[in-house]
Amino acid sequence: MLRDELDELKRKFINELKQISDSEALEALRIKYMGKKGLVTLLLKGMGDLPPEERPAAGQAVNGLKEELAALLDNEERRIKAAERQRRLEAETIDVTMPGKRPVIGKRHPLSIVRRQIEDIFIGMGFEIADGPEVEYDYYNFEALNIPKDHPSRDLQDTFYITDNIVLRTQTSPVQIRVMESHKPPIRIIAPGRVYRSDEVDATHSPIFHQMEGLVVDHGITMGDLKGVLDVFAKALYGEDTRTKFRPHYFPFTEPSAEVDVTCAWCHGQGCRICGYSGWIEVLGAGMVHPNVLRTVGINPDEYSGFAFGLGLDRLTMLKYGIDDMRLLFENDYRFLKQF
Amino acid sequence: MKVPLSWLKDFVDIDVSLEDFVDRMTMSGSKVETVEQIGGEINNVVVGRIIERRKHPNADRLQVCQVDIGNSIVQIVTAADNIETGDYIPVALHGADLVGGIKIKRGKLRGEVSEGMMCSGKELGLTEEDYPGAETYGILILDKPYELGADIKKVLGLEETVVDFEITPNRPDCLSIMGIGREAAATFKKPFNALDPVVKEGSEMVETAASITVECPQLCPRYAARIITNVKIGPSPKWMRDRLKAAGIRPINNVVDITNYVMLECGQPMHAFDLNRLEQHKIVVRTAHDGELFETLDGVQRRLDSDMLVITDGMNPVAVAGVMGGANSEISDDTCTVLLESANFNKVSVRNTSRKLGLRTEASSRFEKGLDPELVMLALNRAAELFNMLEAGTPMQGVIDVYSVKPEQRVIQTDAASINALLGTAIAADEMKAMLIPLGFEVGCNDSRMSVKVPSFRQDVVEMADLAEEVARFYGYDRIKPTLMKSGISVGRRNVKQQLMEYIKDVLTACGLYEVNTYSFTGYRQLKQAGIKMDESFKPVTIKNALGEDQSLMRPTLIPSMLEVLVRNINRGVDSFGVFETAPVFLANELPLITLPQQPMRLAIGLYGNTDFFTLKGIIETILEALAIKGIYFSPVQCDGFHPGRTAEVGFGTAVAGVMGEVHPDVLDNFDVEKRIYIAELDLDTLLDNGTLDRTYVALPKFPAVQRDIAITVPKHALARDIENVIKKSGGKLIEDVKLFDVYEGSQIPEGYKSVAYSIIYRASDRTLTDQEVDKLQERIIKALGEQIGAQLRG
Ligand SMILES: [Zn+2]
Repeated sequence: MLRDELDELKRKFINELKQISDSEALEALRIKYMGKKGLVTLLLKGMGDLPPEERPAAGQAVNGLKEELAALLDNEERRIKAAERQRRLEAETIDVTMPGKRPVIGKRHPLSIVRRQIEDIFIGMGFEIADGPEVEYDYYNFEALNIPKDHPSRDLQDTFYITDNIVLRTQTSPVQIRVMESHKPPIRIIAPGRVYRSDEVDATHSPIFHQMEGLVVDHGITMGDLKGVLDVFAKALYGEDTRTKFRPHYFPFTEPSAEVDVTCAWCHGQGCRICGYSGWIEVLGAGMVHPNVLRTVGINPDEYSGFAFGLGLDRLTMLKYGIDDMRLLFENDYRFLKQF
Repeated sequence: MKVPLSWLKDFVDIDVSLEDFVDRMTMSGSKVETVEQIGGEINNVVVGRIIERRKHPNADRLQVCQVDIGNSIVQIVTAADNIETGDYIPVALHGADLVGGIKIKRGKLRGEVSEGMMCSGKELGLTEEDYPGAETYGILILDKPYELGADIKKVLGLEETVVDFEITPNRPDCLSIMGIGREAAATFKKPFNALDPVVKEGSEMVETAASITVECPQLCPRYAARIITNVKIGPSPKWMRDRLKAAGIRPINNVVDITNYVMLECGQPMHAFDLNRLEQHKIVVRTAHDGELFETLDGVQRRLDSDMLVITDGMNPVAVAGVMGGANSEISDDTCTVLLESANFNKVSVRNTSRKLGLRTEASSRFEKGLDPELVMLALNRAAELFNMLEAGTPMQGVIDVYSVKPEQRVIQTDAASINALLGTAIAADEMKAMLIPLGFEVGCNDSRMSVKVPSFRQDVVEMADLAEEVARFYGYDRIKPTLMKSGISVGRRNVKQQLMEYIKDVLTACGLYEVNTYSFTGYRQLKQAGIKMDESFKPVTIKNALGEDQSLMRPTLIPSMLEVLVRNINRGVDSFGVFETAPVFLANELPLITLPQQPMRLAIGLYGNTDFFTLKGIIETILEALAIKGIYFSPVQCDGFHPGRTAEVGFGTAVAGVMGEVHPDVLDNFDVEKRIYIAELDLDTLLDNGTLDRTYVALPKFPAVQRDIAITVPKHALARDIENVIKKSGGKLIEDVKLFDVYEGSQIPEGYKSVAYSIIYRASDRTLTDQEVDKLQERIIKALGEQIGAQLRG
């Protein structure tokens, strides 16, 4: 009779278990049968009503059922949990092709990026960074650089004047003088900065632009050293296959002087629109520091020699990124700035 | 300097390809800017002779001609009526190109085959001056029986290659065909054919016709003249006109053309006076009188001053020396006697005069670079020789030459070793000598000692370094081996300030800001627009020759530029943007400026869009924290162009670092924008001077923190900073952090009050705090807040 009851209970349990598909219902079922007031628990409690001799057998049977049901429940629980995890994963599937949420980060101005790169190249060769005022004495911008008042090359540099003796520097070269006045050789500096010439604005001209000056003064500095340093620079900036070409030129504050071309980074010297189909791009002016300049700052040219160079940062930046209009460097349009 | 190659070949034999020529001249220091092929567009046009001519069977106005072009006979149909059998004419054959991009093709005209076209002068780019008959309607009839089939470009001299050299200001000698010729001869190691003019003079002595007085020899070291009689004014010959045109000078008449030709050839500007228009048949070189008036050749009345040198006829000026002649002594069609001037003027004087008059001429641009006085006689004789050649007049016997100041013969003593040491080369003294001699230097070698005599036309060569450049140019810059400095290692690095600067920029970009780059110029309009008041203390650094009103000042603040950038982006539809710029501002110490203005570096930050005051404040706090600057404060302040209730002075300790806040709505109205804009301008030098990258590690806490929140009502105008200070002071050193997490005004809060809530973190470094300890501190804090701020604990 108890056996029948147990069988009936088990059959009912299994039927109910079959209906269940989520863990909540499963928990309810567990409580219904196995809880403190559950059906199986009640059976166990009802044992007391049985004659003592029947109790061991009945207890064993009920306990057996209890274990059996518990095992079934555990089993079902694992299955349901797995199914539920599976459902959740399916429900949580996202469209990974939807746009990413980007953190707002800012960017350096392209001029600033290129300036920093070039600085790092020269720092690697033992240079330090110097600077000087943008509003500068005529003396530093011209006189001390071997460009006296009546010098024809003043005409080449349309100068902005504040007073007769104070100008907006037309080049970063005055920093050379300031450094040599305040430091004894050996000197190894670069000086990036802003310069001014009264040019009307167009795609390749701006009254404000940026240069980087370089100066090395020491015993036994040669023009070969100038070539070597600028060669290392050009290769570091544009790649190992870059070549440099030194052409004679004239600057009042260097002698001998040179203009320096590098192979066009866009066509690797094959010739393209950017280099005017020459394969070369003029990027630098350079030369050995003029003895008059050394004398002016009290350095004996018989004892020391040096070289200096100047490069156009705006031009290098434009070349590096393929920017075709200089005005963009001063407009600060977000759509432009975010590209770098 | 435009150099027609055919002209250059008078001085040096050039047998290399054009490409090689351009390349090697550039590499030896004569930089080629452009190469122009004149006549280059004409192609496949040859000399032909009309051997038969008949009427077109189907057209009255057309003629059918048989034309002998040397190796064959072609039929050509033409509408022209100025041709005769036997005429030599230019024939454009099938596939020919003519001036203006016209292409000629074989075709049929009314049924008759035409193998090409006979050309007019115009179709070959000729004018009546170039070739008599060129502009006559019809076909150009050639003047001579040229070789049939010959290229018309060669026959008519239409072909010329013009190489334009960039001449640097140190080389006025190269502003001449002769000078370039000397460079080319040295470059290609060819002989240089110097000019050696032979003048056929008349019998009359020049001194009988005129005299020369130079009153200021320092300004006019040499003045020489020849007098040409029996002058017949007319056009100069085609070859001369072609060369002048190719070199960029318009032919005028034979006399003027000769002076221009000599200037281009030798580099010596010359002037021709009509002798009969010189009042007293004499030349007096003197400085002008102040206010003296003079009409130059271009018809402009010029006011002269006493610093200007003039050529006079003893009474009145007839030329501004070295700049331009006068209308009063100009060559005209009935000129019969010419005084030819060849002179040397002081370069500074010419330059100043030319600048003052705003008059720059071919002559002045040469004189102002400093010409060789020795050139004077060569040019004068060359011009006389040309008068002979052109049969344009007869030079009188002799030359009047007032040579007051001769240049010193410069000799440079040096040695090959010094030159090699500068260049990093090992060139033998003999080799150097061989390079210098073709350039006109005289070199004496004694072992490695060199004694170098500098030719008078090379005023630019003064010392060893100059000679080193000459040697390097002809040795080849490309042959100098690249080396690296032999001196020991030097430490390259950014100094602390430069490192801090880079770090600040990195922090700012990490905060989402873009770096911008704006003009350093500003103007009164922009400053006013930005709400900046310009009172007596405003000392602008003003540019004397500014490009315009809006670019006439060096900016005293970065704010107007910052506003401009932000407004531009707003107007271009950028919703939200944040930018920064680091740049100097310019502050005069005194006006007018005697010393350089102060040029302190500033950092400007600008934001709009998805942002507010406290975002900007947070960014500034982040920067100061990055610089490890302690004791930061923000206090309410009034500042031009800023919102009166939303602006703070930023500082730390006793230093004021700048200002930040919301832009005043009046300013936004000036820009016609509605978005709120937030701007800060900080003194970067102050930040850099006080910042550091040094850090010391602080041990992580071993004991737990206790957090307590308090909510209080305080008077509405109580400052958060003051409340926080009271909490920190009264709470003592166990307080680790105080955070404001809620501010509330409105219902349930009495009028004139606000509710603020803080969370206070307590921690001891050596023990776990007990509740009792913290309770005591809390009580103390609340009491202090009540006493000092008027705060009440909210229930
Ligand atoms: Zn290229």
